[in-house]
Amino acid sequence: MGERIISMYEAIAEAIAQEMERDPRVFVMGEDVGFYGGIFGATTGLWKKFGDERVRDTPISEMGFVGAAVGAALEGMRPIVEVMFVDFTGACFDQILNHMSKIQYMSGGQLKVPVVLMTAIGGGYNDAAQHSQCLYGLFAHLPGLKIVIPSTPYDAKGLMIQAIRDDNPVMYFFHKGLMGLPWMTIIEATWAPVPEEPYTIPFGVADIKREGKDVTIVAVAMMVHRALEAAQKLEKEGISVEVIDLRTLVPLDKEAIINSVKKTHRLLVVDEDYLSYGMSGEIVAIVAENALEYLDAPPKRVAVPDVPIPYSNTLEDFVIPSADRIAQAVRELVG
Amino acid sequence: MAIEKEKLLWMYEKMRTIRAFEEKVAELFAAGKIPGFVHLYIGEEAVAVGVCANLRDDDYITSTHRGHGHLIAKGGDLKLMMAELFGKKTGYCKGKGGSMHIADLDLGILGANGIVGGGLPIAAGAALAAKYQGTDRVVACFFGDGAANQGTFHEALNMASIWNLPVIFVCENNHYAISLHQHKHMHVTDIAERAKAYDIPGVVVDGNDVIAVYEAAEAAVKRARAGEGPTLIECKTYRHRGHFEGDPMVYRPKEEAEEWRKRDPIPRFEAKLLEMGILTPADIARIQEEIKAKVEEAVRFAEESPYPEPAEVLQDVYTE
Repeated sequence: MGERIISMYEAIAEAIAQEMERDPRVFVMGEDVGFYGGIFGATTGLWKKFGDERVRDTPISEMGFVGAAVGAALEGMRPIVEVMFVDFTGACFDQILNHMSKIQYMSGGQLKVPVVLMTAIGGGYNDAAQHSQCLYGLFAHLPGLKIVIPSTPYDAKGLMIQAIRDDNPVMYFFHKGLMGLPWMTIIEATWAPVPEEPYTIPFGVADIKREGKDVTIVAVAMMVHRALEAAQKLEKEGISVEVIDLRTLVPLDKEAIINSVKKTHRLLVVDEDYLSYGMSGEIVAIVAENALEYLDAPPKRVAVPDVPIPYSNTLEDFVIPSADRIAQAVRELVG
Repeated sequence: MAIEKEKLLWMYEKMRTIRAFEEKVAELFAAGKIPGFVHLYIGEEAVAVGVCANLRDDDYITSTHRGHGHLIAKGGDLKLMMAELFGKKTGYCKGKGGSMHIADLDLGILGANGIVGGGLPIAAGAALAAKYQGTDRVVACFFGDGAANQGTFHEALNMASIWNLPVIFVCENNHYAISLHQHKHMHVTDIAERAKAYDIPGVVVDGNDVIAVYEAAEAAVKRARAGEGPTLIECKTYRHRGHFEGDPMVYRPKEEAEEWRKRDPIPRFEAKLLEMGILTPADIARIQEEIKAKVEEAVRFAEESPYPEPAEVLQDVYTE
């Protein structure tokens, strides 16, 4: 029997469905998550199976329904709330910043907020500055949130089940370009083998996607695939690249990063989020603090330069890291 | 008026307790024993008490930065509250929250809240959960006139309306959003009018008359428990003190404050109870003494309690 191949959006919807069957406290709400199945398909088939009460369409009131998820969680429910694009968290930032992330701490641990906030990230399809951001670095900065960013259908399912079972607020970022949606450019990795039975993937455990000895590339989401593409090219040039998919930013698998750098002696961080004050700076700082003496070259970063995501192809392709730019940065590192 | 004698006495005692607690907090704050900021509820006691007198222990409330009154009316423990205000380890939040973040899950107190309007969507969510779980629990959501201009007010009322949620939205209109008088921050006179926009009942009551608040809340709670949906109750009231302790209050005419002091909810209710023969002057003296002792005990508990250890700062960010 061959392995079952499904897309990332199907993997996420399946994870949610299995948890809803297991635990009656789990429910979903957000804009167009019901009959429509979610703009990016993450709730496909759920409404038909579970109905209006458990798969709840909300008005376009992000602050309202994200706050409602917090309130329901305080009362023992386990809401999964979808904010259609991460860019729209601007309309509910207070509930994330001052409520979801802090209520447990402010209450001295009395109150728990087991919300999963899932949201779409990423550009590369001409959706411009208010629909193409990643922003996970912004949320990883806030104490109290866990930050999950899958890059494969397999991880998407296991990490979603883990997120739903976690008693902390979890922000789950899926990349639009990896969901396997028919209207996006399909890349091979968006359809992959996924077991039918439920399983979990622990947070804080990075996945070494490819072993190498000359350079370590650290990435998440789409950039993992771009890094792997670059690594293949570089192999032909005799450069051996190790690619680490962090999978979660909080908690962060520091050990995997440090161990890899100790082996390769060179670090490149690739990020589709903005360059400054974000994930790439954090990883470089961790390596500087823990393994500086192992480095044979100053670390490098390839990320979105500090500009809003532009619309036109020529501009967008210039700012979002490509396999070619990643390969070039690696060559400079080993050169 | 068909409110039982026990309930009337309970309300009187709660109002007196809130007043005594807050006056003691003002004194301790002035003496430098309580750090940070405190927003006192003095003058608005009838609102919290009139509403909470209709709630069960398993009902929920969301509160505000001016939350001590709501917590006491819902059954909050004075000792744990005072210890939290002192920043002590024995406080409700182990010294991590302070005045604006006190919660007590066992009493359904889902937290005071330092963000104006922050509690409204949370209340809607708690009501959604109560309904989803098939219970008849209700949520009372306290907020001020200032919060009625936040998007959360409109989003929460709309959600509660379309989903028919068991929420009692209690607007404590004390007429000032910090320094800005209501007539400068909205054109409507009655905030309850805004209920029309969401097709839910909107009621205006004298928020300094605990019986009037009680009766409005009674009807709203009954509606909510019966699955008939949310109500907006606007209680017209006034805070006797500043927005926070230390507020110079230059924005408020003295005559206006004097006028409202004449309508102080506690002497009004007391006079009514005396007239009804439910209280005697001797009862009043006794109740005041008992409350004074409880507040003193809370202060003693707070003073004698240890501060949290610095190492505890890392706990409770995440749960295992």
